[in-house]
Formats: sequence, structure tokens, C-alpha cells
Amino acid sequence: MKTMLRGNESVAYAFKLARIDVFPMFPITPSTLVPEMISKFVANGELDAEFIPLDSEHSAISAAIGASLKGARVGTATASQGLALMHEILFIASGMRLPIVMGIGNRALSAPINIWCDHQDTIAQRDTGWLQFYAESNQEGLDLILMAFKISEDKRVLLPSMVGLDAFVLTHTMEPVDIPEQSKVDEFLGEFKPNYRILDTKNPATFGAFGSPRHYMEFKYAQHLAMQAASHVIDEVFEEFERKFGRKYSKITEEFTEDADIVFITMGSCTGTAREFIKMKRKEGKKIGLIKLTVFRPFPKDELRKALKGKKVVAVVDRNFSPGFGGAVYGEVLATMYGRDEPKIIDFIVGLGGRDITFDTFEKILEITEKGLEGSVEEINWIEVDKEAVEKEEMI
Amino acid sequence: MKNDWLFAPGHGLCAGCAIPIIVKHILAISGENTIVVNATGCLEVATTEYPRTAWRVPWVHVAFENAAAVASGIEAAMKKKGEKANIICFGGDGGTADIGIQALSGMVERGHNVLYVMYDNEAYMNTGIQRSGATPYGAWTTTSEVGKANPIGNARPKKPVAEIMVAHRASYVATVNVAFIRDFKKKVEKALKTEGPRFIHAISTCPTGWRSDPSKSIEIIKLATETGLFPLWESENGEEIKITYKPKFLPVEEYLKAQGRFRHLLKNPEYIEKIKEDIKQWWRRHGVEI
Ligand SMILES: Cc1ncc(C[n+]2csc(CCOP(=O)(O)OP(=O)(O)O)c2C)c(N)n1
Ligand code: SF4
Ligand SMILES: [Mg+2]
Repeated sequence: MKTMLRGNESVAYAFKLARIDVFPMFPITPSTLVPEMISKFVANGELDAEFIPLDSEHSAISAAIGASLKGARVGTATASQGLALMHEILFIASGMRLPIVMGIGNRALSAPINIWCDHQDTIAQRDTGWLQFYAESNQEGLDLILMAFKISEDKRVLLPSMVGLDAFVLTHTMEPVDIPEQSKVDEFLGEFKPNYRILDTKNPATFGAFGSPRHYMEFKYAQHLAMQAASHVIDEVFEEFERKFGRKYSKITEEFTEDADIVFITMGSCTGTAREFIKMKRKEGKKIGLIKLTVFRPFPKDELRKALKGKKVVAVVDRNFSPGFGGAVYGEVLATMYGRDEPKIIDFIVGLGGRDITFDTFEKILEITEKGLEGSVEEINWIEVDKEAVEKEEMI
Repeated sequence: MKNDWLFAPGHGLCAGCAIPIIVKHILAISGENTIVVNATGCLEVATTEYPRTAWRVPWVHVAFENAAAVASGIEAAMKKKGEKANIICFGGDGGTADIGIQALSGMVERGHNVLYVMYDNEAYMNTGIQRSGATPYGAWTTTSEVGKANPIGNARPKKPVAEIMVAHRASYVATVNVAFIRDFKKKVEKALKTEGPRFIHAISTCPTGWRSDPSKSIEIIKLATETGLFPLWESENGEEIKITYKPKFLPVEEYLKAQGRFRHLLKNPEYIEKIKEDIKQWWRRHGVEI
């Protein structure tokens, strides 16, 4: 039976199903409903967890590290400015190899202040050593949080994970969601027994020591290996999840790509719009395919190389941008395909700060992409930006 | 001393540094059933260069400004598991009074069962003697340089962190000085027996930053208290502070002249007068005329 849930509710249910021990938090739009619900679960006695309302996101992620290092299963949720405030400590969570799981309501960063959707917040944390997952739907949000615990807690990985749900489009929008049975989730995740060293007075150890040049690089190389291992563990966990719950996940999902000349690459909720648009266009005989990126870190290089082999043009739909370069996903795809008989790869910056991504948006993307089939087009294309307004008005 | 092995010798703290004396005595009292959270600073850097460690109790360092938040998380996890141990944070004055004051304020306000110890060497020493909010009036540091245009050095009074903790109604707050070891031990014992958020402010000689003779470290902090500059007191649950030691009120010049960081003041008696006036005012507020 399916229940109508907002994305934030999906995330909160997932944390409850995972039987988290500690939930440190600090509120921020659009993810605030997650901690509010956890607070209610704890108050009702539905969830036996310690809820800590901290003084900032910086303190929330710091408390998450403390609790995780004491052997607790830890979840938290944030977005945008909150995630940016955590930045310093995100490196430490991954460097200390703690399997914390965080739900993100993907939201634009200031300035100008804006509470709506784009992926700038998590993209800006790309290099912090966290696994990154992006949900297309609220069901995916719930499932990915559960799977993130299993992946992060795997002895071969021991790295934290963040799962992004698009602000408002998912976090505040009702969708039918299957909430798995507790007993099945218990079977899937197992009782949490830390398989890493913890703060233990019977077995004292030093954590977060000073690493000199003689040792620092080995710690980082170990993290590199763990990210590589995560790539396999993700496949295993996705398969096990499908066996148990009947829902299929993969790092990249290909649709209509077999005969396609043009491939759109998307991340997050706009994938649904892209899919319907492509279905419509295929009826007109246009050979367009779709690739949805569910996992952004570790970046699914092998899968993409296989999927994009022989394609003519790739349109990367970036809901973020790296000033001075272009879209971040574009950069990754370009680097992944370089020197491999690569298709033409074109970047599209769309939907920043919550601007809707519609059929019209994809129509414009397709127009430029089709031109790209024949001749040369701009490398970075800002879609649906009022360029005149920028010229006329003083945006600076 | 029982349990004196919990903080091992062989660390890299400077000769004459008071930090290891403070830590060793506190761990000797708290014993093996202790978890330490350390903020970035001299203590952390000098005691844990991988793969060696001076700590024989579980110890964690996460960052500069968040020891109190990390401790909050540890305490929550212990609550969930039904475990009990002393959780002790050690932070420098910078990591506590400045960049870490928000996390500390939150930890105390939420009532976590943690003892927070601020070792106060009155500057950011680990990065090379920069002023902090706890640097006293008139002290030279590398960011309160003394010159023609600024003959005072640090022109602002010391931030009263322990009093700020009293205003938070922390369950126990005390100032301590290892030169007064009986008072020191009594307060640490009391702090460890008390439930809830507790705060200890320990003055800590830094011969490197104070420009003082490393063999005189204990005498110097003894003078800090005997001149009335660093009073010893305690407070429970936000109540009126109780003075635990009545100083001799020696002339403050004796304290100042033992340290190069105050040398420039000796040529400027009006600044010394101001220090004396501040001391007088503090004691007057607490019912003592000097
Ligand atoms: C966010 C951040 N800013 C700055 C630093 C650099 N830093 C490391 S230790 C330190 C000073 C520490 O001062 P204090 O807390 O008084 O401890 P002490 O070094 O005196 O023992 C500074 C500024 C840092 N590690 N992290
Ligand atoms: S610089 Fe000062 S505080 Fe730091 S170890 Fe040396 S004496 Fe101690
Ligand atoms: Mg200091």
C-alpha cells in the first residue's frame, strides 16, 4: 500500500526505519520538516533516539561525528547555507571514516538569498569525501537513505553519505510512496554494530590525531580506495535492495538510449520532465535518449563510458554552475569521456534558484543540441535567462 | 600520584608549559573512565603526532571551534546506550572564548553532562602568539603589537568567560590555578561529582608567548592570583560566586615584570594604574576592599 508523502516525510520515515540512535539537527528551509518529524517520533516514543537541537549546522555535524565515534547510528538533515556552514567538518567526517547519513533538500546558495531548488549546495561539497546520491522522486529519497546506511556502514567503505532531494519540487510535494515494513528494513540493514574503532574507555584510542607529511597522504589514499570500493558496494546494495523490495536502482539509469544519437543527462527531479519530453519527441521520430545520474560520488565513470559509446551529442543538464568554468556535471562528463572517441558534449545551465524546468526548457535544449549534431554551438548555454535584463539592469 | 600515567610524558609541549601539569592532574582525578575531547591548539597538536599519542584514555580531536558540540554528540550516544563515563573537553582560550563560544554556550544551555576545561594561556599560542578575547589589557602579542601609535598593546580587557558560564547557570563553574594545588584538586573533584554542564577556567603559563623564564612558570601564575588579577572562585547553578582563596594582594608590578609581554607597560605607569583600578573594581564588586 502506498502513502502520500512529501519528500521530507520520506526522509524522516527512512531515518525512523533505519532506527537511528542519534539525530543532531539545525533547522533550515526546505528540509526543516525532517527534524520536526523526528522530534515527533521521539516524543511519541515511536523512535528510541536521542534528538539534539544544536546551536548551528556546524555544531550539528560536529555532534554527529561525536555520536558516530561513540558507536551510534547517526542521521541528520540540512540544505544550502546549512550545508555550506558544515563544509569544514564534512571533510573531517569522511577523513575519520564515519558512516553518517544526511538528507539534503537541494537549495540555491546566497546571494541573492533564495530558498528554491538547485544543486549548488551539494555540488559545492563535491570534494569533501562524502558519497552523493540524487533522488528523482520521494520514493527514491526514502530508498536511497536506507541504502546509504548500508553502503556507508560497509566495512569496505566507511564513508558518510548525502542524499539530495530537490527543494520544494520533492521536499514539499506529495507523491505516493511505499513505506517498507520495519521487519524487512531490519533484515536489510541489520542491527547497527559499529565495525570501526570507537571511543571506548576499555580500549582507549586516539582519534583525529595530527598527521605529518610522513603519514597524511596514506590516509587520503585509503579514502580514495574506499571510494573505489564504494562503487562496487553500491551495485551490491542496489541489487540486494531490488531483491528485497522490488525496486531497481543503478548508478546511472539509461532510457531510450539504444538507438539514440542525442542523449540528455539529468540529475534529480527534472528527470521526470525530461522523460516525458523525450517520449513525446520520439513519437515525432527523434532519436533522443536519457541518462539519469543517481550517484554523483563516486562518479560512475565506467557506466557512463559504456552508455555514451557511439553517441553523437550529449546534452548535460546542469542545475548548478561553477563560476569560471560552467556546469559541474558537464565538467565531470567531459573528463570522463576525454580521449575515448567522445561524442560532442554540450552544457546547459538551467533551473537555478528554483526556476521551473519545463518542456519549453527541454525544447530549447534540444534545438541547440540538434544544431550541435551538424555544426558548432556554444560550449556553455544558459537557458531561459533574460539576458537583456542583465544588460539593462544593474545586477552588480 | 594515582593514575598519573593516563597522560604520558614524551609529548612536544614546551619546557615550562603549564598545560601538561593541568591535564595530568585532572586525568589523575577523573581516572580511566574518561573520554577526552580536545579543541585544536597547543595541547592537541603537541600530544598526538601520528602514530604516537600521549593519551591513555579515549581521546578525540575534530576541529578548533567545536569541542563542546562533539562532546554533546558523544554524551547523547552514551545516553542512548546507557553508558556512563566522564566526558572532559580541553580547549584553549581561543577555542573556547572566541571561535568556540557558540558551541560552548549551546552545550551548557542544553544541559549536556560534560566538564569543559579551558586552559587559558591568554592568546592563540599554537599559531604564534596572536591576541584572543582572553588576552589581558596591556599584553603584547603579534596581533596587538606595541609601537609609537599603540603603546598599550592589547587595549581591551579580558573577556570574563567563566562569568559568562555562570550567567548560563552551568551546574558548576570554577577558576583554578595549579600553583594552588589543593584548591585546584578540590574543585576538579567537585566538578567531576556534579551532574550537568560544568566549566573550569585554568590559568596556564606559556613561557613562549608570555616571554617568561620557563623555570618560573609556577611562581608566575601564583603571582597572578596573589596580586588579585586571577581570583580563585566557584559557583553552582548560576549562584553568586564564592571566593575560595583570599590573596595577599601583592603589587601587580611583580607579576608584570616577570613577563616580557608586559615590559612596555613598566615605562607607562598610567596603564599599570588602570590594571590596578580594574583589580580593585573586581574585588569591590565581590565585597572585598583593597
Ligand atoms: C577554523 C580555524 N581557524 C583557524 C585555525 C588556526 N588555529 C589553530 S590553533 C589556533 C589557536 C589556538 O588558540 P587557543 O585556543 O588559545 O589554544 P593554544 O594554541 O593557545 O593552546 C588557531 C588560530 C584553525 N585550526 N581552524
Ligand atoms: S607555546 Fe606556550 S602554550 Fe604552547 S606548548 Fe609552548 S609554552 Fe605551552
Ligand atoms: Mg591560548
